[in-house]
Amino acid sequence: MQDLDLTPLWLTLELAAVTTVILLLLGTPLAWWLARTRSRLKTPIEAVIALPLVLPPTVLGFYLLIGLGPDGIVGGPWRAMTGGALAVTFPGLVIGSVLYSLPFVVQPLQNTFETIGNPLLEAAATLRAGPLDRFFTVVLPLARGGFITGATLGFAHTVGEFGVVLMIGGNVPGKTQVISIAIYDHVEALEYAQAHLLSAGLLAFSFVVLFLVYTLNRRWRPALGR
Amino acid sequence: MNGLDASFRLARADFELIADLTIPARGVTALFGPSGSGKTTLLRCLAGLEPEARGHLQLDGEVWQDDTRSVFVAPHRRALGFVFQDTRLFPHLNVRANLDYGRRRAHPIDTRHIQQERFEHIVELLGLSGLLERYPAQLSGGEQQRTAIGRALLTQPRLLLMDEPLAALDAARKRDILPYLDELRRALDIPVVYVTHAIDEVSRLADHLVLIESGQVQASGDLMPLLSRLEYPLAHGEGAMTLIEARIAGHDDAYHLSDLAFAGGSLTVSRQPGEIGDRVRVAVHARDVSIALAPTSQSSILNVLPATVAEISQEDPARVTLRLRLLRPGRKGAADAGSEEDVFLLARITRKSCERLELAPGREVYAQVKSVALVG
Repeated sequence: MQDLDLTPLWLTLELAAVTTVILLLLGTPLAWWLARTRSRLKTPIEAVIALPLVLPPTVLGFYLLIGLGPDGIVGGPWRAMTGGALAVTFPGLVIGSVLYSLPFVVQPLQNTFETIGNPLLEAAATLRAGPLDRFFTVVLPLARGGFITGATLGFAHTVGEFGVVLMIGGNVPGKTQVISIAIYDHVEALEYAQAHLLSAGLLAFSFVVLFLVYTLNRRWRPALGR
Repeated sequence: MNGLDASFRLARADFELIADLTIPARGVTALFGPSGSGKTTLLRCLAGLEPEARGHLQLDGEVWQDDTRSVFVAPHRRALGFVFQDTRLFPHLNVRANLDYGRRRAHPIDTRHIQQERFEHIVELLGLSGLLERYPAQLSGGEQQRTAIGRALLTQPRLLLMDEPLAALDAARKRDILPYLDELRRALDIPVVYVTHAIDEVSRLADHLVLIESGQVQASGDLMPLLSRLEYPLAHGEGAMTLIEARIAGHDDAYHLSDLAFAGGSLTVSRQPGEIGDRVRVAVHARDVSIALAPTSQSSILNVLPATVAEISQEDPARVTLRLRLLRPGRKGAADAGSEEDVFLLARITRKSCERLELAPGREVYAQVKSVALVG
């Protein structure tokens, strides 16, 4: 039996971690805006964000491949600036993963922000808290559950992603070969032992993460008194 | 100018607020009216929480809103305290942190000593010392509302706005918290605007009254004279009453009675717990006042006050309501031209009696007060 190469596992975790951080940074203001706005753009933007939920990953991957390619609307300027390509690279994978997992972060955050609603923010305003102050001292602590859910789903969804990375990542070991693709390769090569190890590892990892998150979420709630 | 001066227009799909309002620099002003009349909306306009409202607002000469000059001071830059009906305590903070939230932001540079002193004063005033480490969900409704009041007061506001703070409480909790509010009324020297639709809260707490109906100010002014004005709905219906502000003049321990003195005379009531000189507020219901043309000693009624009929209005086919101006001791009817300090009573009698006694404005009568209720 061949030695098991764990590089795809570390690459997957790195991709998921970077993606989750970017998703939280982008998703928080976006979800906040969606929760508060009365703009007519709200509904079309919500629909766009939800697209990855219904589209086959290959469709998204196909457009990303074109967009990120050397002559694409993102890949072209990127090449002009850095001299390198985007498709079939780690940054390209991050961009794809962020788009693909966006609804899994934005929707729980938006729901949480909508639940918190205006009343407590008005109370904070009458207690002299300005808009940013209100966000950091009232919204963030009360939205903790939404952040945990959003971050977990975003992370887990990125770990489990297959179609998009297959389309835009190619399958470069050590660079873009993530665990789901490595498993696929092992199965193709009839290396069932390695496929078993990686699959069982991913299964156990996913279970442990979700279990921890649900436990923490439950334990924190009584402290909020709700 | 001192006090609060405001004028607002706000159009909503189902109702329109058109209100001009002047509120004195001291004392509690009750915004009183039926549910849906726009009281809460008007209060929110004062706080800047209804950004669509157009108009102007100034407090002690400081302009908070003036749409002719595009001035709008954001709510968090207004030195006001707001007590919401639903308390709106921060669920993730304990009572101490809730109390501190506004205090820290309104007065970040106070010395630790001054902060501590003020904090302890409010905590004691509102009876919160045993609750400081608890979370809002662990408090009763009354305790939550007291915390919310303390939180607003610790910002040291120049205007305190209270939106039906007792409406969500049951009668027992209400009785618990009313003494605190009463104490507050005496301790504060800022204007307090108090929204309510409960007349018992008005009679106990308010000094001034603004009557609101369908988004418009119907009348405003000092509470006591307004209560007896026959052109407003307060003087009609079963609950109609007037208030008298009096001092305890003496106690009669033999008969277990107390004498109360006020500008329009004196009243004998059942023994009061207070000291001589204490201020009390009593309510006299229109249904408890009857009329005689001569003072009679052949009656069980102790309180008989000379008065002139000021106005008469028909209540229903059987009954009329009289507005009586009490004659002040030492002055006689015709010479009594009427002044700011006049004390009025309402009397509800049958139309038949009214005609039999030939009552008409100007007539001198004796008001027989069957019962007097202490309100605070």
